[in-house]
Amino acid sequence: MKDFGFTSIESRAIDYSQFDDRLLAHLVKEEPSFGLCLSCGGCTATCSAANLVDFNIRRLGLLIRRGEIENLSREIDKCMLCGKCSLVCPRGINLRHVVMLIKKSIVTLKEEPQLKEL
Amino acid sequence: MDKSVIVIGGGIAGIEVSNQLSDLGYKVVLIEKSDKIGGKLLEWDRLFPTFRKADEVVQRLTRKIKQLPVTIETLSEITSVVKENGLFSVVTNQNKNLNADALVVTTGFELFNARRKEEYGYGIYDNVITSADLETKFKTEKQLTNPLGKVPKRIAFVHCVGSRDEKVGNHYCSKVCCATGVKQAIELQEQLPNVEIYCFYMDLRMYGEGFEELYRKAQEKHNVQFIRGRVSEVSETIDHSIQLKAEDTLSGRPLKMSVDLLVLLAGIEPGKGSVSVKNMLNLGKMESGFLEPADVHFARNISSVKGVFMAGTCICPMSVNDTLENARSAAFEVHHFFQNQG
Repeated sequence: MKDFGFTSIESRAIDYSQFDDRLLAHLVKEEPSFGLCLSCGGCTATCSAANLVDFNIRRLGLLIRRGEIENLSREIDKCMLCGKCSLVCPRGINLRHVVMLIKKSIVTLKEEPQLKEL
Repeated sequence: MDKSVIVIGGGIAGIEVSNQLSDLGYKVVLIEKSDKIGGKLLEWDRLFPTFRKADEVVQRLTRKIKQLPVTIETLSEITSVVKENGLFSVVTNQNKNLNADALVVTTGFELFNARRKEEYGYGIYDNVITSADLETKFKTEKQLTNPLGKVPKRIAFVHCVGSRDEKVGNHYCSKVCCATGVKQAIELQEQLPNVEIYCFYMDLRMYGEGFEELYRKAQEKHNVQFIRGRVSEVSETIDHSIQLKAEDTLSGRPLKMSVDLLVLLAGIEPGKGSVSVKNMLNLGKMESGFLEPADVHFARNISSVKGVFMAGTCICPMSVNDTLENARSAAFEVHHFFQNQG
């Protein structure tokens, strides 16, 4: 293609047609409570890590449910596994278990092809 | 018409059912466990969304019942009920034997015991109160202060305390707390014009007529700030103010705030009376613990036992207005039941 000297910018929109749901399907299967989040933010409010660094476990869960899993491994490493998020959750989500599952999945999913940079 | 009805519970649902059935010509006995009728509304100051005095509603209902031939049995609780040949025999703790052709259960609700949410500090920190405590303050205090006698400069409300919360076993929405919180926020700002008020909510359920307008009014005229995030825990600072933690989910950042007064919007649970009546009559209950209607669309006032009807908040959380409407529909169901018996 002829180069006109323009740079193309990637769309910021969440693209549902490109939804990579492998991680989400795995998490919901192994920890069904993960699907019950109502985004109240209690987990983030009480989070030991969020008071110190830029880490938002509620938002991370939401992005996974939207298929947005880029840079996930860097984010999930900020979790201290204290489990306070699970204690305050009004929907009884075992978020600590979800974090453990994500960590394990990253190892296996990274070996699969056509996946965004985790 | 010689049919008789016993109404169990003298809150506003019980009074309205009794009034309507007595008006229709039935013999009505109203049983109330405390020394006077009016129920929970006796403890409330004003009602949403109209700011009408609760006393005005109670007085209007009680004025009417006193003009009707309804027998009111106060300080009475049912100790046993037997159904034989379609007739109910009821014994009370006052050793009264009462007979009736139908029963109406109007045993109401209890407020969620906020001490169970220990992380919110009710009963531990002085400046944490419930919505019911605030109503008592509105009723009794001329100059509103926090429990330590200070005029509050900043107040926060916590929505959904004991509602929509798996941790306390209540999955359901108590329906009336959102509007109560917004009403109370407006009343506080009217009394203390310079106060800052914050409402911490998960979803604001302004379902009823005039509720959304109340929410808009709180923003427009009273500068009430709404923060979408559930308070995770509170602690007390050295000067006895309350520090709370939440996530401001719309900006995606954790938030800390110190307030002089924290108001917990306590949810609604099935009344103690509902539980004992349910056991005595073997009535069905829903997962939420409230009494189960025979049909949620067509027979909401009819219980799982023939001849036993129900009205008001023993069925589910309801506003005052919905409770009164529900009571009238229960009276109609009883009337219909007798008419079909011939």
